Amino acid sequence: MKTLVLAAMLGVTPAAAQNGPVPYAVSGDTIPVSLTGRPGDPANGLRLIMDRHRSLCVLCHMGPFPEPHLQGNLAPDLTGVGSRLSEAQIRLRVVDAKALNPASLMPSYLKTTDNPGTAPAWRGKTILDPAEIEDIVAYLVTLKD
Amino acid sequence: MVWRKPGLAVFAIIFGGGAMAEIAGEEKKSGSGFMSRETQAMQADDTSNPGMFSVLDGERLWREPVGPAMKSCASCHGDAEVSMRGAAARHPAFDETSGKAIDLAGRIKLCRRDKQTAEPFPRGSEELLALTTYVGTQSRGMPVAPPVDERLTPSRENGKRLFEARIGQLDLSCASCHDDNWDKRLGGSPITQAHPTGYPIYRLEWQSVGSLQRRMRNCMVGVRAEPYEFGSQEFIDLEAYLNTRASGLAVETPGVRP
Ligand code: HEC
Ligand code: HEC
Ligand code: HEC
Repeated sequence: MKTLVLAAMLGVTPAAAQNGPVPYAVSGDTIPVSLTGRPGDPANGLRLIMDRHRSLCVLCHMGPFPEPHLQGNLAPDLTGVGSRLSEAQIRLRVVDAKALNPASLMPSYLKTTDNPGTAPAWRGKTILDPAEIEDIVAYLVTLKD
Repeated sequence: MVWRKPGLAVFAIIFGGGAMAEIAGEEKKSGSGFMSRETQAMQADDTSNPGMFSVLDGERLWREPVGPAMKSCASCHGDAEVSMRGAAARHPAFDETSGKAIDLAGRIKLCRRDKQTAEPFPRGSEELLALTTYVGTQSRGMPVAPPVDERLTPSRENGKRLFEARIGQLDLSCASCHDDNWDKRLGGSPITQAHPTGYPIYRLEWQSVGSLQRRMRNCMVGVRAEPYEFGSQEFIDLEAYLNTRASGLAVETPGVRP
């Protein structure tokens, strides 16, 4: 993984490997460069955020999304997050919130865990893939106060 | 906790992150206390509590003679309202024969197999759930009273360890939700303190009565962990720990949950 991160830092375009970790370069509290090298699709980002079974975001976060009564309050309200945080900051938080707060409740979306007893269907897989994360990031930056 | 960036200290203030201590006495609250008024009313009234059907089935099974010696539970234990009062409140208990902690359903399974020498009821079967609900409801209103028995310590300690370990793809522990965030909502659901006081419960989503282990399996599947087997020592250890946390709360079997 270390060499992959290094490769990314050296400007090698990261391969968007589906369901496996991909390289990315962290700078401060940001990931400055798109994980896919392209901007994401905000409409698909909203759809993904609302998907309680796949992205799970609304289990913990509220936001300016439909069906507020089905949104959780374990985490900061995402309303206005695009004013509080830059695109690059949001990207790191969705990719790996634990890089900033190791005790975070928020799962790391682009890492695989080595937890014993992870259900077979999820072993060795990341929760989302890079293109999906870019779509989510593209949507979140539009949430201005 | 180490904060790598001073600018992130605000997270620390709002979200602590570290585990809060176990739930203090005056904050301790049964799962039913988190439910809607409608669900609470459904649980409180025996004529509307759907779990009562299971209690009635259990009462019938209690009196049914089975096995080569045609013995019923009642043959040995008599009137359950007398002999089983408090049984649920003191389980999991230490089982002399196996030298391990045993839960109420496990104890009933053993009596069925060894004392009645009848065909055993599998975990999750309607019959075992019915008998467990029937025996459980005999403790209704009594405080959960984990036995003062040092031999249960290893089980409780293992349960606590399992409760606090991060598991599954989502990398969450039971404690992440039930200790640190029991005053919050996950999606539309109140999180609760995970007190096992109403089990077996009638769950509207299941449209049936279900065990504590089924409920715990749901939480494990939710964090994308491979759930322990029904009847496994892990689940019994978790329950033994949960019961120490719930100590003093009233038994409510059969609980009703959404
Ligand atoms: C299990 C709970 C949980 C889930 C699921 C979750 N988050 Fe979070 N998230 C948190 C918590 C808690 C924080 C607060 C910071 C911390 O503790 O790391 C947070 C912080 C954030 C932040 C920074 C917000 C700010 O105002 O600083 C963003 C952005 C974010 N999450 C987006 C998402 C997105 C997008 C998803 C889904 C793809 C998601 N989260 C899923 C718990 C969660
Ligand atoms: C991501 C949050 C989360 C995690 C992690 C979690 N739970 Fe839960 N748990 C819940 C929610 C939410 C409910 C209530 C759900 C409902 O009624 O629909 C619940 C319900 C329960 C209940 C039932 C309480 C009652 O009053 O009926 C028990 C017991 C329980 N959980 C135990 C556990 C155990 C043991 C673990 C770890 C193996 C665990 N939970 C992990 C969120 C969680
Ligand atoms: C032949 C006698 C006999 C029969 C039949 C029998 N039991 Fe038991 N049961 C016992 C004895 C004796 C104990 C005390 C523990 C032991 O020795 O295993 C016990 C213990 C128990 C306990 C634990 C009580 C407590 O206070 O902690 C429960 C619960 C129980 N039995 C339920 C049942 C049920 C339900 C049935 C029918 C499915 C049943 N028993 C059938 C003899 C019997």
